[in-house]
Amino acid sequence: MTRHFFGDTTALLGRSLRHITRSMDTIITTTVMPIMFMLLFVYVFGGAIQSGSDSYVTYLLPGILLITVASGISYTAYRLFLDMQSGIFERFQSMPIARSAVLWAHVLTSLVANLISLAVVVVVALIMGFRSSAGIGAWLGVLGLLVLFTLALTWLAVIPGLTAKTIDGASAFSYPLVFLPFLSSAFVPTDTMPGPVRAFAENQPVTSIVNAIRDLFTQQPVGSGIWVAIAWCVGLLVVAYAFAMSTYRRRIA
Amino acid sequence: MIRVQALEKSYKDLKVLRGVDFEVARGSIFALLGSNGAGKTTVVRILSTLLKADAGSAGVNGFDVAAQPARVRESISLTGQFAAVDEILTGRENLALVARLRHLKDPGKIADDLLDRFSLTDAGGRKVATYSGGMRRRLDIAMSLIGDPPVIFLDEPTTGLDPEARIEVWQAVRELAARGTTVLLTTQYLDEAEQLADRIAILHEGRIIVNGTLTELKQLLPPAKVEYVEKQPTLEDVFLTLVGKDKR
Repeated sequence: MTRHFFGDTTALLGRSLRHITRSMDTIITTTVMPIMFMLLFVYVFGGAIQSGSDSYVTYLLPGILLITVASGISYTAYRLFLDMQSGIFERFQSMPIARSAVLWAHVLTSLVANLISLAVVVVVALIMGFRSSAGIGAWLGVLGLLVLFTLALTWLAVIPGLTAKTIDGASAFSYPLVFLPFLSSAFVPTDTMPGPVRAFAENQPVTSIVNAIRDLFTQQPVGSGIWVAIAWCVGLLVVAYAFAMSTYRRRIA
Repeated sequence: MIRVQALEKSYKDLKVLRGVDFEVARGSIFALLGSNGAGKTTVVRILSTLLKADAGSAGVNGFDVAAQPARVRESISLTGQFAAVDEILTGRENLALVARLRHLKDPGKIADDLLDRFSLTDAGGRKVATYSGGMRRRLDIAMSLIGDPPVIFLDEPTTGLDPEARIEVWQAVRELAARGTTVLLTTQYLDEAEQLADRIAILHEGRIIVNGTLTELKQLLPPAKVEYVEKQPTLEDVFLTLVGKDKR
């Protein structure tokens, strides 16, 4: 059946993309929280934060983008959960289609939805004074990192989507992911944090990804940091994919 | 066409199927009758490759469900207990999606033909979320017919439907069998089995306790006595007359 994999995935992708375009509110609500954080930190706390950067919104944006993805992927779990509940999942499984096409369609839809949300957040940041002199190459680098990060978190979201018992359970898993950037260099430099917190912040994936995106935006040399960021994203992606696929195989066995 | 032998299935300590045997002839309607929890859905899920049996064997269209699941899936179509339709898509888009997933040419035309056949043409461009229960079920069955699978499983197709919608579904099932499709139907409604099925099997506590035609089942009880009873209209007759539909 794998010879139909691309055709089946495309057909199912068309289906779930319609779900998004017909409920744009899911994109809007995804962006509300990150935008609120951005407003709060730039206009309320920002004046008191020593970020060592001329423009705090420019300093902040990379972390906000990661929060956007973390809150966006909970909709992937939600949509997958609804499919499992409604019986349409079983209809697809009882049809002669490539079995993993069902998951891939959801994952690619998540990617599209998150890229739209990210674009909305970037536009708001531009209005708030975010400026970058980054060239095409640097922007492509940022895009690449965000795509990798989104895919990794989306495959992670597939697991609760397949296993959750309730709709709340399907989406609640993303809360810790949303708050992970607070324990990183996303909002403030890590130097002022006390020892153990600083050790955690400096060695967790968000910090390396945030720093890499920030360096790309401000045209600083990214150094070896970007490889650490890519390694985190790819590592997380591989592990999440393996777990999601084995969960899926157990579910459809 | 469908052959089930000594099928067993347990969920943890609960034995749902304790050795189920039956056969369904090509082009016939076979009703699996039983109360809630009798194991009807479990049988259907095993036959449609969604669940593995603990013991016994099952074959559909000559293919073994455990050994050749992909071939079985090409031969069947499942209409589950809850209408498995996409609420956000329109009726037409639902049909075209299934046609695409069955790798057929011209999904749009297939969708239009089925909308016409199931009297859904006017509703075809509307989101399924706006459909009534009967329309949803009709769309669900229409989706099952795409690609003309030789075997169709209908798991409690009329549960939760109003009397008019029920008659619409019955009509659709009869047309299916008339075209040569083999239908395995599960139901908890006795009149449904009586109306539709060529053969009826009663599944009780995980076993088939009887299996035969309606006439054969009736012969299990003492012969009919002649009694004179005033013919009262049933509530269904009253309801259908008042809302202006004929009982077919």
